[in-house]
Amino acid sequence: MTETTDDQSKKIPLQKGTEDAKASDGAAPLLRVRGLVRHFPITKGLLKRQAGAVQAVDGIDFDVRPGETLGVVGESGCGKSTMGRLITRLDEPTGGTIEFQGRDITHLSPGRLRPMRRDVQMIFQDPYGSLNPRHTIGGIVSTPFRLQGVEPEGGLKKEVQRLLELVGLSPEHYNRYPHEFSGGQRQRIGIARALALKPKLVVADEPVSALDVSIQAQVVNLMDDLQEELGLTYVIIAHDLSVIRHVSDRIAVMYLGKIVELSDRKALYESPMHPYTKALLSAVPVPDPKRRTQRDRILLKGDVPSPINPPSGCRFRTRCWKATEVCTTTEPPLVALRTGHQVACHHPENAGDRPAAAPAEPGEGAATGE
Amino acid sequence: MTDSSEDRAGAQATPAATEAPGKAPRGAAFLDVRDLKVHFPTDDGLVKSVDGLTFSLEKGRTLGIVGESGSGKSVTSLAVMGLHRASRRQRSKVAMSGEIWLDGKELVAADPDEVRRLRGREMAMIFQDPLSALHPFYSVGNQIVEAYRVHHDVDRKTARRRAIEMLDRVGIPQPDKRVDDHPHQFSGGMRQRAMIAMALVNNPELLIADEPTTALDVTVQAQILDLIRDLQKEFGSAVIIITHDLGVVAELADDLLVMYGGRCVERGPAEKVFSAPRHPYTWGLLGSMPRIDRDQTDRLIPVKGSPPSLINVPSGCAFNPRCPYADLPEDNLTRTVRPELRESGGGHFSACHLPQEERERIWTEEIAPRL
Amino acid sequence: MFSYLIRRLISAVVLLLIVSAVTFGIFFLLPKLAGQTTDQLAQQYIGKAPTPADIAAVKKNLGLDKPVFEQYWDFLKGIFAGVDYKFGPEAAKCHVPCFGYSFKTHIEVWPEIQNRLPVTLSLAAGAAVLWVVSGVATGVLSALRPGSFFDRMAMTVALAGVSLPMFFTGALALALFTYQWPVFERSDYVPLLQDPFLWARTLVLPWVTLAFLYSALYARLTRAGMLETLSEDYIRTARAKGLRERTVVVRHGLRAALTPIITVFGMDLGLLLGGALITEQVFSLKGVGAFAVEAINANDLPNILGVTLLAAFFIVICNLVVDVLYAAVDPRVRLS
Repeated sequence: MTETTDDQSKKIPLQKGTEDAKASDGAAPLLRVRGLVRHFPITKGLLKRQAGAVQAVDGIDFDVRPGETLGVVGESGCGKSTMGRLITRLDEPTGGTIEFQGRDITHLSPGRLRPMRRDVQMIFQDPYGSLNPRHTIGGIVSTPFRLQGVEPEGGLKKEVQRLLELVGLSPEHYNRYPHEFSGGQRQRIGIARALALKPKLVVADEPVSALDVSIQAQVVNLMDDLQEELGLTYVIIAHDLSVIRHVSDRIAVMYLGKIVELSDRKALYESPMHPYTKALLSAVPVPDPKRRTQRDRILLKGDVPSPINPPSGCRFRTRCWKATEVCTTTEPPLVALRTGHQVACHHPENAGDRPAAAPAEPGEGAATGE
Repeated sequence: MTDSSEDRAGAQATPAATEAPGKAPRGAAFLDVRDLKVHFPTDDGLVKSVDGLTFSLEKGRTLGIVGESGSGKSVTSLAVMGLHRASRRQRSKVAMSGEIWLDGKELVAADPDEVRRLRGREMAMIFQDPLSALHPFYSVGNQIVEAYRVHHDVDRKTARRRAIEMLDRVGIPQPDKRVDDHPHQFSGGMRQRAMIAMALVNNPELLIADEPTTALDVTVQAQILDLIRDLQKEFGSAVIIITHDLGVVAELADDLLVMYGGRCVERGPAEKVFSAPRHPYTWGLLGSMPRIDRDQTDRLIPVKGSPPSLINVPSGCAFNPRCPYADLPEDNLTRTVRPELRESGGGHFSACHLPQEERERIWTEEIAPRL
Repeated sequence: MFSYLIRRLISAVVLLLIVSAVTFGIFFLLPKLAGQTTDQLAQQYIGKAPTPADIAAVKKNLGLDKPVFEQYWDFLKGIFAGVDYKFGPEAAKCHVPCFGYSFKTHIEVWPEIQNRLPVTLSLAAGAAVLWVVSGVATGVLSALRPGSFFDRMAMTVALAGVSLPMFFTGALALALFTYQWPVFERSDYVPLLQDPFLWARTLVLPWVTLAFLYSALYARLTRAGMLETLSEDYIRTARAKGLRERTVVVRHGLRAALTPIITVFGMDLGLLLGGALITEQVFSLKGVGAFAVEAINANDLPNILGVTLLAAFFIVICNLVVDVLYAAVDPRVRLS
């Protein structure tokens, strides 16, 4: 059963993926993901036979272009974190391909992955759990150099102190321990470690969701500045749609292991085409009590189905108000309905009336169609 | 010092002593919290989690308490519920003073056992993470039945019917079957619904929701917020919603209270606080938040530094080390004198040394345009 | 739940088979490693001055000349079906479960153990009740007031209980309450059904000494577990419902804190049922433990093998019961 999904997702989207790449600007993508699948087997019974699989990521395609920020949003269990671990090769894909700078890294052995690890780094959610409490900040930030056997110009300590300064910490913090720092400062340490080897791609999994609002903004700004300064490419995975809107150039919306919509930021937020995206956007509370009464919220019923036994056809159909017969039988492919706007839906929103132009009133997108 | 509320608290050993004991002060609201202080002695020093908090709330209205971690918002809610000292026997290291009047009864100085009898019946609470807040070993129905039977002398059958009725009311499908399920068999949203059913089973007049949707996904959050709003309309109770998310507050609250370093820095009708905030910290919160409803890609305006230690709260205005305007008032006032809450009209209070007009100017000219 | 039970049961049986095979293997190999021939083994059954014909007969009868696997198979068969041995003219029936005959006394192993079992059972059961009740109660009270005088006292005593060895506390108890002040006279074990009062009186000292050792451990375990549980969110929820503190502590706190204790209890009880070696020695009780010590001293392999298998059996069974109890207490185990 893995094979069929594999085949499908390899064939159909490949065509359209290339189409899309041509349509954009022709620049070679930094990261190219095709038909990516990750199933976690479930065993059952006395003999521990495989009884099924958690289809955490089930055939996704996307490109990450150099210098851009790709935001990945979705609710818990949609597979976004698994996807992050797959593209950084912290986890082994069940199927599909991952190309980094044109090189297939899907099944590279740990030894041969090593050079790639310099170019792809990860920032984690939990600034408490991801730093070893027994190591000094200097030790933590210099780890990548030691692992890769790199001797930076001007000496290790100097380089580490430069990095600390870069992320807004004092070089004097070199000999301190993680517990002496606040959550925001720890996240800065994590960022400094990620940037040590001048990576090309940084994958950040919920980089600010454990932080207080005021600190969140500091870290978001820092990541912004660093991108500009160092020409970084980001993949930012988050559940917070406001943060994603702020940081991303393009956004992928995931639902139950699939990308349901992939689009430029502006188009996605102002005229979302997938009903799920629309519902998601409408559900976010807006910090403006005056709009409370004006807003038309789409309340989704029930819960996300189990990724062990996802619905046939379109995975969102069980909660979708537009679902018809075809949604049960046929899985909608992710296709570009407008320039730079891919949707996997049989009955997309905002499709016919508005070709490419964005609506004038911001936020109107969330309320249209009622 | 010059702060009158400080003086009053210092002079009062037993808080209810000045008023006739056991009697509500005249004109008291349904919930009336006056100069509440909750301090925890620790080895490192006295942690002043809540340090002189005053607010009131009427039935049928919703108060949002906003603040970051360590601002004292959760400690306040636990204090109202009497959960810092749940029984006479519980040896808790907490020093509480001030007054909490709930429907004419004072709770701070009251016997813990009397407060216990109010808990769950007149005031109830729902918590952030419904998975850890529900007991893993007992079925959901069992836990609701227990909550009902503490305060109602009925047999298990009647209580069970009541539990099913409540589960139905909060939107759990097939409540007569799900009533026997255990919490881990429910999804996150279902668990929070069950938690709400349990809190409302005795028709409490005050419901405190402490970060009720923080652990939930947005679409589920929307469902839960809707449910809370509907239930409030139906039951007419007073609701306190505690959160770090200004969006959630804007969605639900009639009134808003912004806490910083264990104190209230601004409170008033939600619309006023959102449309014309009067405290630099509130500006900071608003500037820190990326907005879902605007396509703004400029830098956010964060608050510099990090929240204060509650052991060494900065003298004067607790916010002064992080405030960009701390140097504007004369005589180093921000660093020496604790600012009092002052009204700027329409029940809108803020605690800042900057003159009202100056703050109005900064907001309209410097802050608002950048948001 | 049913498949869970079956799975646990099968693994218990497999475990017992493995233990029996390993033990049998060791006891089969041991004499060989010590340089004994099968002739010498057979000779142990006969006594002085055997004729080669006698030895050959015994060897044949006991199957000592067969390969090890066959011997093991016969041994297992003996346990489940019994064996008929033909010693000379009269056929000896070794009844189920047959663990063979003692080298020294030539008596069947199982009836010997069977005689000793009530002593050990009484000792273990009585002590277990005592230590669970006192240990858990102390632990709960300590956890309710951490840092209080009671807590510090209890934990000091518990530390002493954990660190003082049985032969010291046992000897001390004997010296004080049997010799200095003869409250509990020294007497042999009296069966419960014969005279419950005497039964209890003989066992009070061993119970208390044994329980002291274990309850100390259980008090510390319970205290740690309770402190952790009492800081759980669901305890706060229970208080927020307006439950009485006692209900909160017992119904919500203790029940959750007890689960890890059940595990430890299963282990401890299983071990004890296999023979409380030191306690039985100190108090001169003729239980399974004393039997084991005698067997070891006499180098009586069949007896040692029997006792070892019995101990293993108790441990496996107790763990099985614990697993089932666990599933009954914690619904999450049942369904995962």
